[in-house]
Amino acid sequence: MAHATRRLTSRPTFRGAGLAALAVLPLGFLVVFFAWPVAAIVARGFGSGGVGTAIGDPLTWELAGFTVASAGVSTIVAVLAGLPVAFLLARVRLPGVSLVRTLVLVPFVLPTVVVGLAFRALWPDGGLLPLVLANAFFNVAVVARTVSGLWSHLDPRAVDAARALGASPWRAFRSVTLPALAPAIASSAAVVFLFCATSFGVVLILGGAKYRTLETEIYLRTVELLDLSGAAALSLVQFAAVVAALVVGALARRRRENAVRLRSRSETARRPRGGEWWAVSAGLAVVALLMTPIVALLVESVSTSDGWSLAGYEALAGQGSRGALQVSGWDAASMSLRTAFDATTLAMIVGVLASVVLVALRRTPGRLARGMGETMDAALMLPLGVSAVTVGFGYLVTLDALPGDLRTSPLLVPLAQALVIIPLIVRMVLPVLRSVDVRLRQAASTLGASPGRVWREIDLPLTARSLVAAAGFGYVVALGEFGATSFLARPDAPTLPVAVATLISRPGELNNQMAYAACALLMIVTVVAVVLIDRFGAVRGQNSVGEF
Amino acid sequence: MKRALRTVVAAGTVAALVAGCSLSGNTGNDPQAPATVTLVTHDSWLAPQEVLDAFERQSGIKISVLKQGDAGALTNKLVLTKANPIGDVAYGIDSTFASRALTEGVFEQYTSPEADRGPQRYSVDPEHRLSAVDLGDVCVNVDTRYFADKGIPEPKSFADLADAKYKDLMIAESPATSSPGLAFLLGTVAQFGEQGWQGYWTQLKANGLKVVSGWEEAYSKEFSGSSGKGPRPIVVSYASSPAAEIGDDGKPRTKALLDTCYRQVEYAGVLKGGKQVEKARKVVDFLLSQQFQVTVASNMYVYPARQGVELPQGWAQAAPQPQQPKTLEPAKIQAGREQWIAQWRTLLEG
Repeated sequence: MAHATRRLTSRPTFRGAGLAALAVLPLGFLVVFFAWPVAAIVARGFGSGGVGTAIGDPLTWELAGFTVASAGVSTIVAVLAGLPVAFLLARVRLPGVSLVRTLVLVPFVLPTVVVGLAFRALWPDGGLLPLVLANAFFNVAVVARTVSGLWSHLDPRAVDAARALGASPWRAFRSVTLPALAPAIASSAAVVFLFCATSFGVVLILGGAKYRTLETEIYLRTVELLDLSGAAALSLVQFAAVVAALVVGALARRRRENAVRLRSRSETARRPRGGEWWAVSAGLAVVALLMTPIVALLVESVSTSDGWSLAGYEALAGQGSRGALQVSGWDAASMSLRTAFDATTLAMIVGVLASVVLVALRRTPGRLARGMGETMDAALMLPLGVSAVTVGFGYLVTLDALPGDLRTSPLLVPLAQALVIIPLIVRMVLPVLRSVDVRLRQAASTLGASPGRVWREIDLPLTARSLVAAAGFGYVVALGEFGATSFLARPDAPTLPVAVATLISRPGELNNQMAYAACALLMIVTVVAVVLIDRFGAVRGQNSVGEF
Repeated sequence: MKRALRTVVAAGTVAALVAGCSLSGNTGNDPQAPATVTLVTHDSWLAPQEVLDAFERQSGIKISVLKQGDAGALTNKLVLTKANPIGDVAYGIDSTFASRALTEGVFEQYTSPEADRGPQRYSVDPEHRLSAVDLGDVCVNVDTRYFADKGIPEPKSFADLADAKYKDLMIAESPATSSPGLAFLLGTVAQFGEQGWQGYWTQLKANGLKVVSGWEEAYSKEFSGSSGKGPRPIVVSYASSPAAEIGDDGKPRTKALLDTCYRQVEYAGVLKGGKQVEKARKVVDFLLSQQFQVTVASNMYVYPARQGVELPQGWAQAAPQPQQPKTLEPAKIQAGREQWIAQWRTLLEG
């Protein structure tokens, strides 16, 4: 049976030329807006000499070790916390699950400076524990959303069969569900690891003067010291660590990715029974923990030295105390929505094209195609693993060569945000796209459908929900993106996170409160955006998967 | 119903697309408006729109503002792009980074006629490539109520801060990650000399000094005198910060220690290789004009460099300007900065 499948799979479904044409846009985008700027700035470091010395410096390796270790622990925490939430989202039919699906995304969009301050309130001395937990806090959503995306489509009958044959629920989970989920878990873990390894604001605030990572050190050397050779050396080490993480992630995924029968969530979710309640409770506990800092922020936004007040919210209509902002809070919100829309559109085009190419390469016979596929897969992830400072400074020294001097264009913000969300979109779309049973596609081809029609009639309906989910997720990430945005946003067009950072960096109680109110606004905007997108996705998804 | 929903979603998508396009369409460099001058500045930039509009009406020059991080990041970006600058004029290079920009040849020579109204007192360069626009003083701030309640006298000098009376009460920013942090370090270098500052910091550390990475945490979370009501009553901030902490009774709740101040001067200059040198000079004149100078205190919490510019109401009481702040020669800073930060990190973080 396996043999037969492999023989069938090896029939190329796309022709090489068509594939190459599809690959041009995503690869071109990566080269122009990522590889070239990064290479240019690192090359400058080499030009000024001393890179070798910096690489040989024991401090460099200490930083690398700490970066990898702390990001690794944060990733484990995020995966352990994310799995029960994924179960809740994928398998459980209870009132309030869709609320959980929405709420779990909120941490992801909070500006790092605010989360850093919230964690500081709990752990006034900072340190390792809050640092690790804060990084995990941001990323539980990545695991929960990515894994539940696949989980909700898994056929539950395999588990039922295992249970009928006498397996305990835990055993059935371990030997049936977990292997099927492995690609999504590995994918999300790789993404989370990269986010944690390059997290900047959190480390700066909670690590304080004591804990430093490659990322914070690259920032210091580039931004404050203009020590480009030191920064280049650290970038190379970080790059190597990221590639290593990607290779490990790819190896973990490689043997596990099979075509799984995909089902609609409406068929698979049900009321939990028996031991499943434990998983439900664990999921709900995680959600409650995630909500704690959020509630604290909301409380902070309405408390003043003279008691409760909505002054911060009222101030959103204006520009802050003594005009701290150049636009009103509402204008910043509208700018956020528009920028994130542009970024998501761009990222969806690039990300979905890239995923289609990756799947096609995967299904093309031969080592070459496979190698190309794996290289491209890894290359698409790299933007998550390279310092935003390196990319931002790289833009300054390269993009003037393009027509229109993009360095000072407002377009740069959506471009940079797209770079951050493309890897997420690929990671969310790819597992589902790959899991589409190749025999369905072959049956369609045999019946005379063109490749485009196969994609339209088979892949698209089966993956529609994941596509919408990926777009929604990307949109939300773009809404909250701060690192790249803060480097590039113009003062007359700040996004909400940039506005929050500006407000919080000015003295005065009103500005402080307005910053927290703007955070609350960011959360509300996020929740509304997610609800709309999820609703749209659910309607489309149910119908099309149902029809299928 | 389903169709209706789809129509709504489709309409919404189109509307959002149009909104999205408006973002890309508004690139600012309209060929119909050749008089747009790009001002590159730091994140703290803030000017009332009406003042900018008035300047535009009067001179025909529209200022397009481009923020590029803090003073350090701004300087470094200007250095990196000096072959093809990202703007025409820059404002916000401070005395800490001025010599880097000057050594790298980022600015054109230009002496503004407005500079003789005071700014030239702060000149750093015989060629007048940089004109002083404003001054900010980084000083230790104290929560006056805390000391009144505890019956402890307020500290006054650098030396007091190392006194056991003030153990575990002070919070400062790291000079590696924060601009006031760096200014305070430079202040201690100016006070105790290149030989003595490390000894002073060792005392501060032994006296329970807490260091955080940025001003936001130090001031809004740790300092008891701000709305954050943190635990510590002594913080490194600005001479002007108390102006933001005036209570309902009209009295400031905090106070800057005027003997612990380090002065940072912020400069503006015409970028070499910019496309509109003549108009860029007009913008420098504008930044030094009475019209603009009167806005800097309330908007950016700094003191105008021009003489005779009135400060906002309440500043005389809450945020008087220190008379003898510490300063360091730019060349000395340029030579020592990196080494001092490295030594500081070994001392405080090691």
